[in-house]
Amino acid sequence: MTTEIDRQWTTRLRKRAAGKLPPEKLLPDTQPAYVASWIYVFGVTTIAALTMVILSGVILAIRGPQWWHSSSIGHFVNSLHLWSVEIFFFAMIVHLWGKFFMAAWRGGRTLTWMTGVVTFLASVATAFTGYVSQTNFDSQWISTQAKDGINATGAGSIFNVLNLGQMLMWHIVLLPLAAIVLTALHVLLVRIKGVVPPFDERAGADQ
Amino acid sequence: MTLLWSLAALVPLDGLGHYIHWGVIDVSVANFVVIVLMIVTFVAALFLPFPGRNRRRGDQ
Repeated sequence: MTTEIDRQWTTRLRKRAAGKLPPEKLLPDTQPAYVASWIYVFGVTTIAALTMVILSGVILAIRGPQWWHSSSIGHFVNSLHLWSVEIFFFAMIVHLWGKFFMAAWRGGRTLTWMTGVVTFLASVATAFTGYVSQTNFDSQWISTQAKDGINATGAGSIFNVLNLGQMLMWHIVLLPLAAIVLTALHVLLVRIKGVVPPFDERAGADQ
Repeated sequence: MTLLWSLAALVPLDGLGHYIHWGVIDVSVANFVVIVLMIVTFVAALFLPFPGRNRRRGDQ
């Protein structure tokens, strides 16, 4: 018999979440034997780099451009932000190559693959708005070079790369939010579906 | 710190960038080095033995 509590959206959501992702699946103790390969470490390397990007970005946001341009510690944190981004993209590309050649969308993992694709695109946009928000000659050069390309797409009417305030808001609010939410969704989907197994050697060309 | 400055002096960053031109491909040396490093890392990740791999297989 269904009670009123059973019909509550909180109850239904909790039961559905617990069914899809029980705690032992969310934080598993072991992984399949095939995961013991260096090619599987680049996803978590990307997440580690993203954490550093966010932490260094938070410090930059607290202190502001004058600080990161003029003080030694500001230069250090600014460099930390840049190099975390470099490692983030480096690891993400190797992760992408690994998953592409594993055909990681197999076994009902299409949404996992697609959230990865969209996260990659959001990350590129985040990096771009970061380059044009540096408040130096480099950012001026990049934004003046980019404006014609963006305007040619028609997006220039709402996305003006010469508008520093707008670019900074996209860089520190909208796009990081999208990247973080998408990354969280991507990881949850990996936990729900599990890490894609290698191709079966006996299966031959039919895979 | 002095050591870091000395190391930084080895890489000239004030001049014009260096580019590789190869048909339609036009890439800076810095970006080309990063791409090569990614390929090397990818191949190394495929072939280097992972610590504890045999032990894990034995557990299964």
